[in-house]
Amino acid sequence: MTAAGTTGASPLLEVAGLSVHHGQLQALHDVSIAVPAGQVHAMIGANGAGKSTLLRTIAGLHAPTAGSIRLDGRDITGLRPERRVAAGIALVPEGRRLFPSLSVEENLLIGASSRRTGEWSIDAIYDLFGWMRDRRRQRAAQLSGGEQQAVAIGRALAANPRVLLLDELSLGLAPVVVRRIYATLPQLAASGMTILLVEQDVSQALAVASHVHCLLEGRVTLAGPPARLTGAQIEAAYFGVSAASNGNGYGNGSPPGTPASAGPASAGPASASPAISGPAISGPARQADQPPGVHL
Amino acid sequence: MTWVNAVIQGVMLGGLYALFACGLSLMFGVMKVINLAHGDLAMVAAYIALGVVTITHVPAIWSFVLVVPIFAALGYVLQRTLLQASLNRGVITTLLVTFGLSVVIENALQQFLSANSRELNIGSLVSDSFSIGSQITIAYLDLIILVVAVAVLLGLQYFLSSSRSGRMIRAVADDREAAQLAGIDYRHVFGIATAIAFGTVALAGLAYGMYTQFDPTTGTTALLLYAFEAVVIGGLGSLWGTLAGGILLGVAQQVGAQYHAADQVLAGQLLFLIILVLRPQGITSRRELA
Repeated sequence: MTAAGTTGASPLLEVAGLSVHHGQLQALHDVSIAVPAGQVHAMIGANGAGKSTLLRTIAGLHAPTAGSIRLDGRDITGLRPERRVAAGIALVPEGRRLFPSLSVEENLLIGASSRRTGEWSIDAIYDLFGWMRDRRRQRAAQLSGGEQQAVAIGRALAANPRVLLLDELSLGLAPVVVRRIYATLPQLAASGMTILLVEQDVSQALAVASHVHCLLEGRVTLAGPPARLTGAQIEAAYFGVSAASNGNGYGNGSPPGTPASAGPASAGPASASPAISGPAISGPARQADQPPGVHL
Repeated sequence: MTWVNAVIQGVMLGGLYALFACGLSLMFGVMKVINLAHGDLAMVAAYIALGVVTITHVPAIWSFVLVVPIFAALGYVLQRTLLQASLNRGVITTLLVTFGLSVVIENALQQFLSANSRELNIGSLVSDSFSIGSQITIAYLDLIILVVAVAVLLGLQYFLSSSRSGRMIRAVADDREAAQLAGIDYRHVFGIATAIAFGTVALAGLAYGMYTQFDPTTGTTALLLYAFEAVVIGGLGSLWGTLAGGILLGVAQQVGAQYHAADQVLAGQLLFLIILVLRPQGITSRRELA
């Protein structure tokens, strides 16, 4: 269900030369990414790398100081957030941000406020998340974290977006719940939806994305298909250590791929290397998981 | 029996206070705007009604048909211009702007309409009453105001819980940014909420103008404080709490007046202070609207 006129060469979502400041602090430096229609792209990077800022800027919540954002060739850089939803961009924000006093169904109906039509009716969303229909009258505040995340995704789907932005789906959720949430993504991608997700859990991001971009201190340090990136490259791009790190612990024997499009940046304290190499990359700086018993 | 009468009179006075307070409560609940011009706006509505009655010769009791829509439109425009601009600059700015609005309105009314006391003439309805037993007398106007207040709150409750616009108002009140991400222009929703609040403040101003005499300073000297007290007693942002708060305030005042005529206002303030100390979140603890 790609848009008519979109060829393989012209991306559906194109971010060019984007710089964003939070007051004096520059959160993004000249970031450029292009996501072709129907693909799943992932942004990875440490806390504070600028991943959420990028998604929020694409959604219209931050005004960039330089650069442009295009949707299917149309410049949407100056549009207000609600106009971007109408244009076909929906963000599932970090922390879910449901309307706590509204019921599950009301949350979904609010998501449909832009009146975009498409295959994601409220019924279709109930079909995607089986448990939701029976509990549609329940207040969002009464749901578990995983259930709230599902409703947050449903609320974004209700806008029938062309581009779905997912910010830290796994945050604060038990691993089993995270797996169930991520299991729905292939269904969304199969429907032709273009997805750009932000994830701190690198292994999760590599598993679902056809293309990953690594952000470090507001700059893209690495980009490419997961299969063509080595663990060492990702580690270097993620933490900013030079490629001297010996690449242990990650990437179960994947062959050294062709060089990535962007070289690893050499910024960052090299002394951090020993402490963070190895298993840390599977989930650096993860938030504490919720206790077991969370269910979807 | 006189004490029972005092309570009954208090409940009906509370209806008037609740009518005043619900617009204040709605604006705080949705936009976190504390509208210090609320009482003065009620007075503007009463003066507009005077003008409407003078020009069209319709009975004053029907003036709401024109005044309420005018005020709703005024509310929408004021929100989209002055109030939105002040909201963009922070909470303190909004407080200062509504305070300034209050001063401007009060002085403009004095300048152009004189400081004389006026009233909305509703003929004999102002004194018509019926008796229950020998001790209890109920004025029709008081009863009408109470019924209108309850009807307005019921209608508002139904609107907020069941309509598409009401759902959007609740969503924006919950999380403005998330509402934007769902495709809602929150500024328009703020406009709708303010239009409703202004409609209710117009009704309250008309009710007050029929109930007793008013002048340009009545809005700040008599109305704003009681409306605030009703909102705080009932619980900020809760509509049913506002009704309960208005009624409690009215009952406290009437019972105080029964004890000693000079104690009417004091009794209300004491109740307000007691609630503030013992239950600062108000008698209803629900945080959300409606």
